[in-house]
Amino acid sequence: MFGRDEKVSPMRLTAAQYIVLGIFLILAYGLWRLQVVQSDFYASLAEKNRIRNVPILAPRGRILDREGRTIVDNYPSFTALLLRDSSRDLTADADLIAQGLHLDPKEVKDRIRHFAASPQYQPIYLKDDITPDELAFIESHRNELPELDTIMAHRRLYPRNGFMAHLIGYVGEVSEEMLNQPQFELYNPGDVVGKSGVELQYNTILMGKNGSRRAVVNSHGKEMQTLDDTPAQPGHPLKLTVDLDLQIAAEQALEGRNGAIIAMDPRNGEILALVSRPTFNPNDFAVRVSRDQWSKLINDDDHPLLDKAIQAQLAPGSTFKIIMATAGLQEGIAQDMHVTCNGGATFYGRYFKCWVVAEHRTHGVVGIDKAIFQSCDVFFYTLAEKLGIGRIAKYATMFGLGQRTGIDLPQEVTGIMPSEEWKIRNYKQKWYAGETISVGIGQGAVTATPIQMARAIGAIASGGLLVRPHVTNPQDLPPGVIPAATSPNEVKIPLDPQNWQIITDAMAGVVNPGGTAPSAHLQGIDFAGKTGSAQTISNALKAKLGAAGKANFKDNGWFVGVEPRRNPEIVVCTLLEEGEHGYLAARTAAQVIKAYVEKERRTPSKVAQNKGKVEIGAVWNATDPDGENNDSLRAGRMVIDLTRGHAPLAAVAPGVN
Amino acid sequence: MSRYISFRDFDWVLFIFVLMVCALGVTEIRSATVHTKFAGAHIRQIYWIVAGIACMFLMSMVNYQILLERVHWMYIAAIASLMMVMIFGHRYLGAKRWIKMPGGWHFQPSEWVKLILILAVAKYFNDLHQRELTWTDFIKAGAIVGVPMLMVLTQPDLGTALTYIPIAVMGLFLGGLRAKQALTVVLLAGLMMPLAWHGLKPYQRDRLTSFLEPEADSQGSGYQVIQSLIAVGSGGIWGSSAGSQTHLSFLPVPQTDFIFAAFAEEHGFVGALSVMLLYFIVLMRLTQNAQTAPDRAGTFVVMGVVAVLSFHILVNIGMVVGFMPVTGIPLPLMSYGGSSVLFMFLALGIVMNVRMRRFVN
Repeated sequence: MFGRDEKVSPMRLTAAQYIVLGIFLILAYGLWRLQVVQSDFYASLAEKNRIRNVPILAPRGRILDREGRTIVDNYPSFTALLLRDSSRDLTADADLIAQGLHLDPKEVKDRIRHFAASPQYQPIYLKDDITPDELAFIESHRNELPELDTIMAHRRLYPRNGFMAHLIGYVGEVSEEMLNQPQFELYNPGDVVGKSGVELQYNTILMGKNGSRRAVVNSHGKEMQTLDDTPAQPGHPLKLTVDLDLQIAAEQALEGRNGAIIAMDPRNGEILALVSRPTFNPNDFAVRVSRDQWSKLINDDDHPLLDKAIQAQLAPGSTFKIIMATAGLQEGIAQDMHVTCNGGATFYGRYFKCWVVAEHRTHGVVGIDKAIFQSCDVFFYTLAEKLGIGRIAKYATMFGLGQRTGIDLPQEVTGIMPSEEWKIRNYKQKWYAGETISVGIGQGAVTATPIQMARAIGAIASGGLLVRPHVTNPQDLPPGVIPAATSPNEVKIPLDPQNWQIITDAMAGVVNPGGTAPSAHLQGIDFAGKTGSAQTISNALKAKLGAAGKANFKDNGWFVGVEPRRNPEIVVCTLLEEGEHGYLAARTAAQVIKAYVEKERRTPSKVAQNKGKVEIGAVWNATDPDGENNDSLRAGRMVIDLTRGHAPLAAVAPGVN
Repeated sequence: MSRYISFRDFDWVLFIFVLMVCALGVTEIRSATVHTKFAGAHIRQIYWIVAGIACMFLMSMVNYQILLERVHWMYIAAIASLMMVMIFGHRYLGAKRWIKMPGGWHFQPSEWVKLILILAVAKYFNDLHQRELTWTDFIKAGAIVGVPMLMVLTQPDLGTALTYIPIAVMGLFLGGLRAKQALTVVLLAGLMMPLAWHGLKPYQRDRLTSFLEPEADSQGSGYQVIQSLIAVGSGGIWGSSAGSQTHLSFLPVPQTDFIFAAFAEEHGFVGALSVMLLYFIVLMRLTQNAQTAPDRAGTFVVMGVVAVLSFHILVNIGMVVGFMPVTGIPLPLMSYGGSSVLFMFLALGIVMNVRMRRFVN
């Protein structure tokens, strides 16, 4: 069947071979035409034919104060880079490049060697944030050093010397671990994102969207033609509630000390100033923080990166007595309580000293008002004993202790408000009644942050209006952005007006002669507050450490002040670490209050500007129901009608006919 | 029929030249993909080549005459597998070409059909005996290739369908096609052209228009053509060491159909011509094997392989140098891809088998 005789025509086989040869000759001709005849033409096309995707970096939004003044801006910063897709010998040019950019020639060569294995189109970054003369060097050597190029980026320009650094925060390149988290899934490696403070909290608003430009570049990286352009969307500006004038006053007041100041409007929770010391310079982070600098910052005993206003949980000391007084009065115990202070008293078999013995004095007979403005420990020990930890914890928790205030800043801490349940849950131990006594003066297990104390005492002075502190107002945010509020904006805690009056009047006594901080008195300003000096370690331990202990573990000074004393417009909490005495903290707070009042008085009043109904505050003498004149002042707010163009001669206070 | 076969008669010369082409392909795949998301493709290509060589040795041990006796069953199986694709095929990028196999494998029957068609055509013309073709023979031979070709066209896979044509053409030519018949077919095909244009898919029309006038749409379908021309042209005589077109990824997916463009850019006219010379030696060696085949059938089988290989080279390199439109036909032995490599080595296995039996009988 398969016979040898039926061979295929050899002629046709040979013909097939020639056909194959013909095909190959045609293809070879095609190659010759392209690669030999038209080679130069296509080489020049290839030269031009390099489409490069150039990102257009979006500038971050500016950060403004409440009056629209710029706090954080951007500046154009140039980075020097080395293009590697040219055929030049980079190592030969390294010395000249190093000289022009003020770099070590060895370092430049090392970098070139280090990147030898990576793809050619990837440039080497030589130096960030080059100076104008370095930029001029690159521009003037475009022909000699075509491989040297720059890219422009918008860098953050923060206030100098760490001004407001903790509130603002800083930015940095997005980290690997951040990229793995779902909320950052839209970020790309190399993106600059907020790392702390407002920069982190409102990163999505501040961060713009990078655009890109597809450009045809020649072999020297020169752009020949732009194909298309996706413009960058700059970040939204962010308006804070902070008042730059007040912030400056607070920064100056805390200069040279460690601690924190927080100023808040207790009527709505707007943060007016926030300072923490020591501080750091966020501009150091804006380019690239060196390892040394970073480890220095985190290993510093004074914790410069910690925002002490919201992250320092310390014993609130005597400032806690305001919460104690509120609890005592609301429970009906403190009104008629009178205690004789002999410099200390014994509770549950242990002797508790009053601070006053250090001055070789005693307080004598003490009622609630004197107990506040003289800060008598014995009175509050006794009150604590009578209230018990349960009722103390109830009021403290009601006024926000032991929980986050919900401020729109990252990493706020809770502090501790101890209770019987708290101790069992955390220590598996029963609460000892003796522990309640220390809590009565803000020592022992109770810890609070300055923002918590400002909020709680601000709420008590406002008649029980507990607000959520915040650094931005929702109406100032771009539309569609809903801030994630973790707590309600405001809670009204019922407070008997009588009790409210007793406490605020006694607080006014603190900064008057006879109080604990008379030196913080502000002439002509209705300033009230409460001092506190909180031990950082127990007295027994301090005695054991002797002189060294006294020097290293000085008391923390606290002060929470309001202005005016009732329905205040501002509450300031000052923490002076190792400030020893509350009155020093009071003087610091007084500077901020003074700056606030002076600014308010400088600006035209609402009455002069408005053409409608205005709410004004007033203080007046009230008559008792029996018609007798009463010495005590009444304070309140009333609405006056200005539609007729001038103020009425008299207005009627609410509740007075 | 005696059963003496030995690997002394195995065509080692052919094998070595084939391996040289494969090696050049692997190095170019590596060079073209090293900094892309396809990095490591050359390693997988080596696996395919090793698997292909194993298949080739296995295939060379099966008597092709026994294969030819059973070719009608294989032909039926081929048609059935194409039907399977039409019914159960896996749609990918708008075309149904693959059957999903258990274990994550994708099977593309149209490649194996090519092999069966070579055998079927060889068998058909072997049984004809006479030196002159009648019109009936002509139509029958056309139908053997035409039916599966139409089925592949509907997938749609114009490129693979076109590769079936040279099998029929080579068979008819060697089977004794008369000049009058050839002329009639060419005329008819010319008349059918406008009709075929309407049958083309939009992307196929795009490819044709972009071939005729690539500048018209330089960022769209003409992009590949222009980039390929620039890549090849900028290679010059000695090649451009930077290989910027390929390496800066202006040439899309260079490791498959445009491997020759990448090679020509990197190694220039001299390098590209050397590769073509290697292919030419392989083809000449194959035709020599066809001439020394023990019987008519063996000649037809080997020449079928020659036809398919030549056609692939013509269309692929023709596309790269701008003589042919983009059809998606790989360059055998060099382009990255398992199906193509395995097909080539199986086909070579049959050729080896024919050669090893040249003194048998």
